[in-house]
Amino acid sequence: MNAELVSELEVPRHRTARARFVSALGPATALAGVIWAIVQPYRLTILHPGGYGFWWLAVEPPLLVIGVGLLFYFAIVPGLLEDLEERDAAAR
Amino acid sequence: MQPPAEHVHWLFATGLLLLGLCLLAEAVVGTEVWRRRAWRAYLWPGLAFALGVFMWPVMTFYTNSTIHMLAHGAWAEVLMLAGAVELALVRGKLHHPAWRLAMASAFLVSGAAFLVHEQNAWLFQRSAFLHHLLGWTLVLAAVFPLVRSVRPRSQTAAAGFALTFVVLAVFLYCDRDVAPVFGHISPLAGPPHR
Repeated sequence: MNAELVSELEVPRHRTARARFVSALGPATALAGVIWAIVQPYRLTILHPGGYGFWWLAVEPPLLVIGVGLLFYFAIVPGLLEDLEERDAAAR
Repeated sequence: MQPPAEHVHWLFATGLLLLGLCLLAEAVVGTEVWRRRAWRAYLWPGLAFALGVFMWPVMTFYTNSTIHMLAHGAWAEVLMLAGAVELALVRGKLHHPAWRLAMASAFLVSGAAFLVHEQNAWLFQRSAFLHHLLGWTLVLAAVFPLVRSVRPRSQTAAAGFALTFVVLAVFLYCDRDVAPVFGHISPLAGPPHR
């Protein structure tokens, strides 16, 4: 095995406080949505769908909050962390 | 097939929540890192502009009085204006930091519109409570975009600006909530309902 690669693998990935905060934003938002769904289950019409029309089943606030958290985490955070790490590496 | 009014509020709350998260991330990593990818630089100003555009159908189809129509029209105009100015600043078409005052004026006009179009006192009913709360939040939070235009590097102003959108989203999600504080408070407001 190439020794250079091994040494690269062994370098621990150090994340700054900023990177950790940005990484936590999406999961924290999604968690808030989950807690909201548990505290106010009547706002989730999907749990008792009988008699509700399209909009009541399609637009459910706790699920929207979870969706925003996941969208932010998967669509925005990865590129942002890459750019942040690049900037930090260039500054060192 | 038209969504009920509360669903429109919740959809706008979702847009504001995403806007708030983007602004919060920008405040944390810094504008230079946030704008390293072009699509990201245009993301939140574009979202603000789009929310303004979507406010027009709300004004057309959901307002049941002149004062409601004027309030929603004012929100549509100032959101589009503020979003467009931020887009032009990112693009480099506008340079002077004073242009950022457009966002501060959008906050003030939006807050005033909330307060003026609510005819009842704070504790009359749930919607009155939320209108007053949203209005005063916007008026007081106008200080953040104001400071941002004078001191663009202020972390406090950037974080406060971002968190304002998150708080506004929470208030909008409370629309039609059945929690007692948001229920009908005055007996004159009719029987409580969801």
